[in-house]
Amino acid sequence: MTCAELVELVTAYLEGALDPETEQRFVEHLALCDGCDIYVEQMRRTIAEVGEVEPESLSGTTRDRLLDAFRTFPRD
Amino acid sequence: MGVVLPTDDDLVAGLRAGDEETFACLLNGWSGSMLRLARSFVSTAASAEEVVQDTWLAVFQGIERFEGRSSLRTWVYRILVNIARRRGSAEQRTVPWASLEPDHDPTVDPGRFRGPDDQYPGGWLAFPERWPTTETEVLAREVRATVAAAIDSLPARQQVVLTLRDIDGQRAEDVCALLDISMANQRVLLHRARAAVRSRLERYFTTAGGES
Repeated sequence: MTCAELVELVTAYLEGALDPETEQRFVEHLALCDGCDIYVEQMRRTIAEVGEVEPESLSGTTRDRLLDAFRTFPRD
Repeated sequence: MGVVLPTDDDLVAGLRAGDEETFACLLNGWSGSMLRLARSFVSTAASAEEVVQDTWLAVFQGIERFEGRSSLRTWVYRILVNIARRRGSAEQRTVPWASLEPDHDPTVDPGRFRGPDDQYPGGWLAFPERWPTTETEVLAREVRATVAAAIDSLPARQQVVLTLRDIDGQRAEDVCALLDISMANQRVLLHRARAAVRSRLERYFTTAGGES
Protein backbone atom coordinates (compact mmCIF):
# COMPACT_ATOMS: atom_id res chain seq x y z
CA MET A 1 0.00 0.00 0.00
CA THR A 2 1.43 3.39 -0.99
CA CYS A 3 0.89 6.66 0.87
CA ALA A 4 -1.25 7.91 -2.04
CA GLU A 5 -3.47 4.82 -1.65
CA LEU A 6 -3.63 5.00 2.12
CA VAL A 7 -4.96 8.56 2.26
CA GLU A 8 -8.01 7.48 0.24
CA LEU A 9 -8.85 4.72 2.74
CA VAL A 10 -8.81 6.73 5.96
CA THR A 11 -12.59 7.03 6.33
CA ALA A 12 -13.13 3.37 5.44
CA TYR A 13 -10.50 2.51 8.06
CA LEU A 14 -12.08 4.70 10.74
CA GLU A 15 -15.49 3.19 9.97
CA GLY A 16 -14.12 -0.34 10.28
CA ALA A 17 -15.15 -0.99 6.69
CA LEU A 18 -11.87 -2.34 5.30
CA ASP A 19 -11.58 -6.05 4.62
CA PRO A 20 -9.20 -7.74 7.11
CA GLU A 21 -6.32 -8.03 4.67
CA THR A 22 -6.47 -4.38 3.58
CA GLU A 23 -6.87 -3.28 7.17
CA GLN A 24 -3.74 -5.22 8.10
CA ARG A 25 -1.76 -3.52 5.33
CA PHE A 26 -3.17 -0.16 6.37
CA VAL A 27 -2.10 -0.62 9.98
CA GLU A 28 1.33 -1.93 9.01
CA HIS A 29 1.93 1.02 6.70
CA LEU A 30 0.78 3.44 9.37
CA ALA A 31 3.18 2.02 11.94
CA LEU A 32 6.15 2.64 9.64
CA CYS A 33 5.21 5.92 7.95
CA ASP A 34 5.32 9.21 9.83
CA GLY A 35 3.74 11.09 6.91
CA CYS A 36 0.64 8.91 6.88
CA ASP A 37 0.51 8.86 10.65
CA ILE A 38 0.34 12.66 10.61
CA TYR A 39 -2.28 12.57 7.85
CA VAL A 40 -4.58 10.19 9.74
CA GLU A 41 -4.13 12.24 12.91
CA GLN A 42 -5.13 15.36 10.97
CA MET A 43 -8.23 13.62 9.64
CA ARG A 44 -9.19 12.72 13.22
CA ARG A 45 -8.59 16.31 14.26
CA THR A 46 -10.67 17.52 11.30
CA ILE A 47 -13.58 15.29 12.35
CA ALA A 48 -13.35 16.64 15.90
CA GLU A 49 -13.25 20.26 14.66
CA VAL A 50 -16.25 19.68 12.39
CA GLY A 51 -18.11 18.39 15.44
CA GLU A 52 -17.51 21.77 17.14
CA VAL A 53 -19.20 23.79 14.41
CA GLU A 54 -22.43 25.51 15.38
CA PRO A 55 -25.11 24.51 12.89
CA GLU A 56 -27.18 27.24 11.29
CA SER A 57 -30.53 27.96 12.91
CA LEU A 58 -34.09 28.82 12.05
CA SER A 59 -35.04 32.48 11.82
CA GLY A 60 -36.48 33.92 15.01
CA THR A 61 -39.84 34.41 13.30
CA THR A 62 -40.15 30.77 12.26
CA ARG A 63 -39.02 29.57 15.65
CA ASP A 64 -41.56 31.76 17.45
CA ARG A 65 -44.31 30.68 15.08
CA LEU A 66 -43.54 27.02 15.73
CA LEU A 67 -43.38 27.42 19.50
CA ASP A 68 -46.69 29.24 19.34
CA ALA A 69 -48.29 26.55 17.16
CA PHE A 70 -47.03 23.88 19.57
CA ARG A 71 -48.42 25.75 22.56
CA THR A 72 -51.88 26.15 21.05
CA PHE A 73 -52.13 22.73 19.41
CA PRO A 74 -55.29 21.03 20.76
CA ARG A 75 -54.49 17.95 22.84
CA ASP A 76 -56.87 15.80 24.80
CA MET B 1 -21.11 16.80 19.14
CA GLY B 2 -24.15 18.87 19.99
CA VAL B 3 -26.21 18.92 23.13
CA VAL B 4 -27.11 15.74 24.94
CA LEU B 5 -30.85 15.26 24.72
CA PRO B 6 -33.11 13.20 27.00
CA THR B 7 -33.98 9.66 25.88
CA ASP B 8 -36.49 9.08 23.08
CA ASP B 9 -39.09 7.89 25.59
CA ASP B 10 -38.85 11.15 27.52
CA LEU B 11 -38.86 13.24 24.35
CA VAL B 12 -41.90 11.49 22.92
CA ALA B 13 -43.74 11.73 26.24
CA GLY B 14 -42.87 15.43 26.39
CA LEU B 15 -44.13 16.11 22.87
CA ARG B 16 -47.34 14.20 23.51
CA ALA B 17 -47.95 16.05 26.74
CA GLY B 18 -47.33 19.40 25.05
CA ASP B 19 -44.22 20.15 27.09
CA GLU B 20 -42.79 23.34 25.62
CA GLU B 21 -39.32 22.84 27.00
CA THR B 22 -39.02 19.49 25.22
CA PHE B 23 -40.14 20.99 21.96
CA ALA B 24 -37.80 24.00 22.24
CA CYS B 25 -34.94 21.67 23.05
CA LEU B 26 -35.53 19.59 19.89
CA LEU B 27 -36.08 22.69 17.81
CA ASN B 28 -32.73 24.11 18.88
CA GLY B 29 -30.87 20.84 18.64
CA TRP B 30 -32.02 19.54 15.28
CA SER B 31 -33.22 22.43 13.12
CA GLY B 32 -29.72 23.36 11.91
CA SER B 33 -28.93 20.04 10.29
CA MET B 34 -32.56 19.78 9.12
CA LEU B 35 -32.13 23.07 7.26
CA ARG B 36 -29.02 21.78 5.59
CA LEU B 37 -30.70 18.54 4.64
CA ALA B 38 -33.75 20.38 3.28
CA ARG B 39 -31.52 22.73 1.32
CA SER B 40 -30.18 19.81 -0.72
CA PHE B 41 -33.67 19.14 -2.09
CA VAL B 42 -35.16 22.58 -2.66
CA SER B 43 -33.99 25.64 -4.54
CA THR B 44 -33.83 28.43 -1.97
CA ALA B 45 -32.94 28.97 1.67
CA ALA B 46 -36.45 30.35 2.29
CA SER B 47 -37.97 27.22 0.83
CA ALA B 48 -35.75 25.06 3.05
CA GLU B 49 -36.90 26.99 6.09
CA GLU B 50 -40.52 26.29 5.16
CA VAL B 51 -39.74 22.60 4.76
CA VAL B 52 -38.29 22.52 8.26
CA GLN B 53 -41.28 24.41 9.61
CA ASP B 54 -43.74 22.03 7.93
CA THR B 55 -41.77 19.09 9.26
CA TRP B 56 -42.04 20.27 12.86
CA LEU B 57 -45.76 20.89 12.43
CA ALA B 58 -46.17 17.36 11.06
CA VAL B 59 -44.08 16.00 13.92
CA PHE B 60 -46.08 17.34 16.81
CA GLN B 61 -49.38 16.79 15.01
CA GLY B 62 -48.44 13.19 14.25
CA ILE B 63 -46.45 12.24 17.35
CA GLU B 64 -49.30 9.96 18.51
CA ARG B 65 -48.52 7.75 15.53
CA PHE B 66 -44.82 7.37 16.38
CA GLU B 67 -44.31 3.71 17.27
CA GLY B 68 -40.65 3.72 18.20
CA ARG B 69 -39.58 1.35 15.45
CA SER B 70 -36.79 3.77 14.60
CA SER B 71 -35.22 6.46 16.72
CA LEU B 72 -37.26 9.63 17.06
CA ARG B 73 -34.62 11.51 15.15
CA THR B 74 -34.72 9.11 12.19
CA TRP B 75 -38.51 9.36 12.17
CA VAL B 76 -38.41 13.17 12.14
CA TYR B 77 -35.75 13.33 9.44
CA ARG B 78 -37.71 10.89 7.26
CA ILE B 79 -40.74 13.15 7.46
CA LEU B 80 -38.48 16.01 6.42
CA VAL B 81 -37.08 14.13 3.44
CA ASN B 82 -40.60 13.29 2.25
CA ILE B 83 -41.75 16.88 2.52
CA ALA B 84 -38.55 18.19 0.92
CA ARG B 85 -38.76 15.71 -1.98
CA ARG B 86 -42.35 16.70 -2.76
CA ARG B 87 -41.44 20.33 -2.61
CA GLY B 88 -38.30 19.84 -4.70
CA SER B 89 -40.21 18.16 -7.49
CA ALA B 90 -42.89 20.86 -7.35
CA GLU B 91 -40.07 23.35 -7.84
CA GLN B 92 -38.84 21.09 -10.63
CA ARG B 93 -35.49 20.85 -9.00
CA THR B 94 -33.76 17.59 -9.83
CA VAL B 95 -33.26 15.58 -6.67
CA PRO B 96 -29.52 15.18 -6.37
CA TRP B 97 -29.67 11.97 -4.35
CA ALA B 98 -31.46 10.01 -7.06
CA SER B 99 -28.61 10.07 -9.55
CA LEU B 100 -25.78 9.48 -7.20
CA GLU B 101 -22.55 8.71 -8.95
CA PRO B 102 -19.71 9.95 -6.79
CA ASP B 103 -16.46 10.66 -8.58
CA HIS B 104 -13.28 8.94 -7.56
CA ASP B 105 -10.65 11.59 -8.16
CA PRO B 106 -7.89 11.67 -5.56
CA THR B 107 -8.73 13.69 -2.44
CA VAL B 108 -5.09 14.65 -1.94
CA ASP B 109 -3.21 16.50 -4.68
CA PRO B 110 -1.27 13.79 -6.62
CA GLY B 111 1.59 16.33 -6.85
CA ARG B 112 2.33 15.64 -3.19
CA PHE B 113 3.35 12.08 -3.93
CA ARG B 114 6.32 10.59 -5.78
CA GLY B 115 5.78 9.71 -9.42
CA PRO B 116 5.69 6.22 -10.98
CA ASP B 117 9.40 6.34 -11.92
CA ASP B 118 10.53 7.17 -8.41
CA GLN B 119 12.15 4.59 -6.16
CA TYR B 120 9.08 4.90 -3.88
CA PRO B 121 6.15 5.60 -6.17
CA GLY B 122 3.11 6.96 -4.36
CA GLY B 123 5.13 7.95 -1.29
CA TRP B 124 4.97 11.45 0.21
CA LEU B 125 7.39 13.91 -1.41
CA ALA B 126 7.28 15.83 1.86
CA PHE B 127 5.30 14.78 4.93
CA PRO B 128 2.34 16.93 5.89
CA GLU B 129 3.40 19.51 8.49
CA ARG B 130 2.16 18.94 12.01
CA TRP B 131 -0.56 21.34 13.12
CA PRO B 132 -0.30 23.45 16.25
CA THR B 133 -2.78 22.86 19.04
CA THR B 134 -5.38 25.58 19.38
CA GLU B 135 -4.73 26.66 22.93
CA THR B 136 -6.08 30.17 22.81
CA GLU B 137 -9.76 30.96 22.41
CA VAL B 138 -8.96 33.35 19.55
CA LEU B 139 -7.21 30.64 17.58
CA ALA B 140 -9.95 28.12 18.35
CA ARG B 141 -12.52 30.58 17.02
CA GLU B 142 -10.53 31.10 13.84
CA VAL B 143 -10.30 27.37 13.33
CA ARG B 144 -14.05 27.00 13.77
CA ALA B 145 -14.66 29.78 11.25
CA THR B 146 -12.29 28.11 8.78
CA VAL B 147 -14.09 24.80 9.20
CA ALA B 148 -17.52 26.41 8.84
CA ALA B 149 -16.44 28.17 5.63
CA ALA B 150 -15.01 24.91 4.29
CA ILE B 151 -18.28 23.08 4.98
CA ASP B 152 -20.30 25.83 3.29
CA SER B 153 -18.26 25.51 0.12
CA LEU B 154 -18.74 21.73 -0.18
CA PRO B 155 -21.09 20.26 -2.81
CA ALA B 156 -24.58 19.81 -1.31
CA ARG B 157 -24.45 16.02 -0.97
CA GLN B 158 -21.11 16.03 0.80
CA GLN B 159 -22.33 18.83 3.04
CA VAL B 160 -25.38 16.85 4.08
CA VAL B 161 -23.52 13.62 4.80
CA LEU B 162 -20.82 15.45 6.77
CA THR B 163 -23.43 17.34 8.78
CA LEU B 164 -25.48 14.26 9.61
CA ARG B 165 -22.45 12.14 10.48
CA ASP B 166 -19.86 14.43 12.03
CA ILE B 167 -21.94 17.28 13.45
CA ASP B 168 -25.09 15.37 14.47
CA GLY B 169 -23.24 12.14 15.16
CA GLN B 170 -25.88 10.04 13.40
CA ARG B 171 -25.08 6.43 12.52
CA ALA B 172 -23.95 5.51 9.01
CA GLU B 173 -26.84 3.03 8.67
CA ASP B 174 -29.42 5.69 9.52
CA VAL B 175 -27.91 8.18 7.09
CA CYS B 176 -27.91 5.63 4.26
CA ALA B 177 -31.54 4.67 4.92
CA LEU B 178 -32.58 8.30 5.14
CA LEU B 179 -30.92 9.33 1.89
CA ASP B 180 -31.47 6.01 0.16
CA ILE B 181 -27.81 5.57 -0.71
CA SER B 182 -25.43 2.63 -0.28
CA MET B 183 -22.88 2.42 2.51
CA ALA B 184 -20.11 2.68 -0.08
CA ASN B 185 -21.54 5.88 -1.57
CA GLN B 186 -22.10 7.36 1.85
CA ARG B 187 -18.49 6.65 2.73
CA VAL B 188 -17.15 8.22 -0.47
CA LEU B 189 -19.15 11.40 0.17
CA LEU B 190 -18.07 11.51 3.81
CA HIS B 191 -14.44 10.92 2.94
CA ARG B 192 -14.37 13.57 0.23
CA ALA B 193 -16.01 16.07 2.58
CA ARG B 194 -13.58 15.36 5.42
CA ALA B 195 -10.57 15.48 3.10
CA ALA B 196 -11.71 18.83 1.69
CA VAL B 197 -12.10 20.31 5.17
CA ARG B 198 -8.72 18.88 6.21
CA SER B 199 -7.09 20.51 3.26
CA ARG B 200 -8.65 23.89 4.13
CA LEU B 201 -7.38 23.52 7.68
CA GLU B 202 -3.94 22.63 6.37
CA ARG B 203 -3.90 25.78 4.29
CA TYR B 204 -4.98 27.78 7.31
CA PHE B 205 -2.36 26.29 9.64
CA THR B 206 0.52 26.54 7.19
CA THR B 207 -0.21 30.18 6.36
CA ALA B 208 -2.02 32.58 8.71
CA GLY B 209 -2.63 30.23 11.62
CA GLY B 210 0.94 29.00 11.78
CA GLU B 211 2.22 32.42 12.78
CA SER B 212 0.27 32.79 15.98
